Order: sequence, then structure tokens, then C-alpha cells
Amino acid sequence: MASPKHPGFSTLSLHAGARPDPATGARATPIYLTTSFVFRDADHAAALFNMERAGHVYSRISNPTNAVLEERVAALEGGVAGLAVASGQAALHLGLATIAGAGAHVVASRALYGGSHNLLAYTLPRFGIETTFVSPRDLDAWRAAIRPNTKALFGETLGNPGLDVLDVPALAEIAHAARIPLFVDSTFTTPYLMRPFDLGADLLFHSATKFLGGHGVAIGGVLVDGGRFDWEASGKFPELTEPYAGFHGMDFQEESTVAAFSLRARREGLRDFGACMSPMTAFQILQGLETLPVRMERHVANTRRVVEFLVAHPMVASVSYPELPTHPDHALARRLLPRGAGAVFSFDLKGDRAAGRRFIEALGLFSHLANVGDARSLVIHPASTTHFRMDAAALRGAGITEGTIRLSVGLEDPDDLIEDLGRGLRAAAKG
Amino acid sequence: MELAVDGRKVYAYTGGKPLDPSLPAVVFVHGAQNDHSVWILQSRYLAHHGHAVLAVDLPGHGRSEGPPLASVEAIADWVIALLDTAGIAKAALVGHSMGSLVALDAAGRFPGRVTHVALLGTAFPMKVSDELLAATRDDEPRAQAMVNLWSHYGLAPYPSNPGPGFWLMGETLRLMQRQKPGVMHVDFAACNAYAAGLERAAALRCPALFLLGKRDAMTPARAGQALAKAIPGARVVTLPECGHHLLGEKPDEVLDELVAFLRP
Repeated sequence: MASPKHPGFSTLSLHAGARPDPATGARATPIYLTTSFVFRDADHAAALFNMERAGHVYSRISNPTNAVLEERVAALEGGVAGLAVASGQAALHLGLATIAGAGAHVVASRALYGGSHNLLAYTLPRFGIETTFVSPRDLDAWRAAIRPNTKALFGETLGNPGLDVLDVPALAEIAHAARIPLFVDSTFTTPYLMRPFDLGADLLFHSATKFLGGHGVAIGGVLVDGGRFDWEASGKFPELTEPYAGFHGMDFQEESTVAAFSLRARREGLRDFGACMSPMTAFQILQGLETLPVRMERHVANTRRVVEFLVAHPMVASVSYPELPTHPDHALARRLLPRGAGAVFSFDLKGDRAAGRRFIEALGLFSHLANVGDARSLVIHPASTTHFRMDAAALRGAGITEGTIRLSVGLEDPDDLIEDLGRGLRAAAKG
Repeated sequence: MELAVDGRKVYAYTGGKPLDPSLPAVVFVHGAQNDHSVWILQSRYLAHHGHAVLAVDLPGHGRSEGPPLASVEAIADWVIALLDTAGIAKAALVGHSMGSLVALDAAGRFPGRVTHVALLGTAFPMKVSDELLAATRDDEPRAQAMVNLWSHYGLAPYPSNPGPGFWLMGETLRLMQRQKPGVMHVDFAACNAYAAGLERAAALRCPALFLLGKRDAMTPARAGQALAKAIPGARVVTLPECGHHLLGEKPDEVLDELVAFLRP
């Protein structure tokens, strides 16, 4: 018997959560730039506030444009709900703050984006949330770091900067044995390359600034609830399973068997922390999301061409990309990322810090800046920018060298990208 | 709240307020492979507007103990036993899909205990295709995928349920996945085998409301309308752009109809 045919990924990218505007017939999702929404009458108002009716009250809590984005990303991920927030960092914070408070503990991968590392290592401890960092590849270390007060395991699907592939199925098993959720940052992979919920993860977020938006015009984040984790059975999350005085004594798990996390994240987190997304931003990210599958295919195809070129170049000492047999997670990448290992990777130039600088300065097409996931190709030389205060030994500790270059490969013609990189490599060699 | 029927623990959501059996009571009965949470908006509203509300988890579903009950009649008996346990003399019964058959059966057999009956996403007979019935027995994930696909119309219900930003198809699938193995086949077999619909319809003594989805691919609206013809005076409302999951796809319209129907 054939399986039932659900809408495919590309169809969901265009249609999930959206319908022609019932008031005007507008086919594209309108930008509802309004702070607030009128009530039908006093009873309707009270019912909305008490979660007896669904609808919009105030755009910090929900907005029709944002809702399309939220439902669409949830659909693409195979989750139950999404929350559009101000940035990827806001999404990470909202995810953790919903299930962890003072006295809580997190186990996180050591291979994280700098901002996430800072939040966990320095900022959250001020609020009583401690983190133990472990090597993403050392499963025993993850297991050993879990304490009675641990509330989540956290890592990036593709780690920073070495593109460590997170073993989501194995970590989900470790997390679930400890009755805690696995929370992942899916920014580098997008749902097109990996759907972490299908592999066992429970919560995820995107910096939508990157590939979801794709145009480099808007900062935003989306937090997504997988809906499978049983908070009640875990017994470790009274935030979700006991009456909450801050919202009419609501027991969120009782209200929603599968989306208690999202209810609290919205009803408490968006209300009180307030890191909401502008409807204009939601609209801009939706424009990108519509073409996500087409763009990701091209990102990956271009990246493969660029990687092939760099691997063969005499000025390149090494290339770190999980599709290469030399990458320590090559086998895992083949299993978890069959559509490709993304469009961000790093390589090591032969030569010193100055060679790296000459390489960057000779490039014309690649833009030198601190971002990834743009339609345009991007480059950064950590030793002369983000990590410029570190000496060679400290750089080694961070997994990079004086010659490490990080690329985010865009959607240009790959021959033009290769020509540009060739120019940079020739300049680097002239030192 | 927790109750006990036949010595087994029963969970019922009371709408965010303690149950007051002196108020006009409403019992919500969910469909196959679901639990109380499908009714969350409607049940919470009525509980805050003068009703005693019990949105139950049927035996073997959600948080309620015991094996699932194997026939619509057995579930109807159980609902009446639950009223006894809760100290409720009479209640309006609101049922969805399988739960609508339960409500109809209970109202037909226990007319003194039922004040109103609201049937959502209903049909009689509620025949299940051989393919789906076999899948509920042999391949639950496949059966759940089929039901999820056929239960929703379109990819953008508004304002979604329980609110904006929630992806209804994802929630429905996860809720089905949460039920214990084996429950799904018992539920669908019970729907398929139920034969007393017209008899119970003829015996009804209380007001009846039919809420049907015009695009329902599980229990087509015309099948619900046919059953309604057997009940003189029944109110029939067919919601446009709506599939089988009416209470999630059209939460406001469903609630508005229930409020008007239950108004003293």
C-alpha cells in the first residue's frame, strides 16, 4: 500500500501557515504592522486574555504575520509550534529560560558560536544557571556531565568553527535516559539539510538571520517545539507541569498535552522578556523561506565546487568540511546530512597571520564581514578579527590557526567564486 | 482533576476551574486516539462562563488508566458512570468523531441524564476503510499519517489552536503518537462496528446540534447531514473551509455555536 501523500518540503515552504488574506484577497502574506488588535466585545477580550479563545491581542505576544512564519518553520521542522523572536540569541535564551531558572544546569557542546558560548559561560551564571562544556564528539563526557539539576543538553547541529557534526540520535538517547530534552541550534543546517526532531531532538532554534532569511537584511530567530518530550513523565519541569501563579494558575501540560513548552514560552517568555520580532522582519524572513529548498541546493552545490578547488590548491594546508573523508565526522555526516553538510566551512592557509590578511584583502567578490548564511559569499579571518587578541597557542586551543579562514558560500556563479579565491591565494603566497 | 470509575483512575480537565456539580454540566468526549486537550479552548471558555466542565481522557487515553473500551456502547456506559462519580445528575454531552457516537448513544439510552447533545465531525454509520482499519492494527505510524492528512483542510487554519504560532497538523500527529500502542485499533474498530445510531437518534429526547466540516474527509458532511435527518429539530451547521478537526480548525465558530446551543 502506498503511503499517504503529505505536502512536500517545497510546498510547505510556500504555503504552510498562510492563506489569501480573507479581508483583502492579498495572496502574499500581508505585513500586519500594528501593535494591537481590537476586541469584538468585553467578553471576547476577557476570553483572549484567559486563553479561552485563540487570537491576537498585542504584537509582543503574537501577530498574524509572525504567526505565518512560526507555523511555517514548525511545519518544515516537523514540530508542533514556533515562536518568532528578535534574534537567534533571543531564541536560545527563551528556550533555556522557559525550562531553567536559578539552580539549574545545562550540558553544552564546546563547539558553539561565540555569542552562545558567552551567554552560557558568563551571562546565565549571573542568573544562577550553570553550564558544563564538553567535546561534542565525546558521548561519555556528555553522559558524565549530567547532574540531578541538569535541564537540557545543548549543541549546534554543525559546530563552530570545526563543523563538528552533532550526533543527534546518540545525544537524544543520553538526554532521554536522564529525562531531559535535547535542544539544538539548527542554524547551519536548516530543516532542508537536517530535521533534528526526526532524529530525536526535542527543541531547536534558528538564527533566522542566516539561511532562513537568506538575504542578509533582517535579524531574527525562531524557537521550535518538537512536541514529543513528555514533561509530565520526566518530573523535572514544574514550570510546565504545575500551576503557574503568573498565568491564572495555569498548568501548561494540562492545557496542551503536546505543546506545553510553547504555551509557557509565549505566555511567559514573550510577555515578560519581550524579545519579540517585528512583523516587518517576519515578512522579510518569509520571503527567504519561500525559496529555502532551492537556495540550499545551490548553496551546497557551490560549496562542493569551492571545497574541491581548495583541496587541490598548493597554498591550502587543509580544508575542514564534513563531506571530505578527512573530516573526523565524515561517516556521521553521510548518515545525518545526506543532502549536504551546509555552506559554511573553514580552511587553513599555509603561512602566518599576515598571509591570512593578504588573502582577505585581495578578495573582490567575497565580502569580509562577521556573518554567515547570506545569498552573497562571505569570508572572515578569525586570527585578525574575532580572535585577534589570541596568540598562536590560544588559537590552537580554540581549534583554529593563524591561517584559518572561514567561508560562507553564497549563490553566485561558482566559477566566479573560484576565480576570486584563486586571486586571494596568489596574494597570500606572495608574502 | 482525578476521579475513579470501576476502580481505575480517570483524568478530566475541568477548564481551569474547580468542578462545581451544582452548575449546568458539560462533558466533552474526544475522538479516536486523542485526549482532552483537543477541547482546550471550548472547555476552558465554558468553565469560565457558568458551566461545570469535564473534558475527559477516555480509558486508556492520555492520563486515564485502563484498557481502551471496545465498543461505543461501553464508552457511553462509562460516561454515565463518570457522571455518577462526579455527582452530576444531568449533563450536556459534546462529542467529536468517535466521541460523537458515544454522546449519541448515551443520550439515546439515558435520556434522563443528558440535557443536550452536540455532535461534531459525525457520521452514521462511521465506517472505516479496510485499508485504514488494517493500518491501525498493523502499522500505527502509517495509520496516524493517514488520519492526520485526512483530518485537516488546508495548511493554514486561523487562528490556529490553542493559538497563533501553533502548527495544528504537527500537534494532531504528536497527540496520536502519545497514545499507547493498540489503542488506535480498538477505537477505530469501535467506530466501524457501531450499529445503533438510528435507533439512538429515534430515542433522543434532548436538543441536538450537528457541527460538520464541509471539507471533512474522515466523516463527510453529507453523512452527518443524513444522520441529522433522523432527529427532528436538530440544528445542523456546516462550516466552510473546514475538515474533520473542527474544534482545532474553527475553534471560534465551534465555540460560538456551542455557547448559543447551551444557552438556558
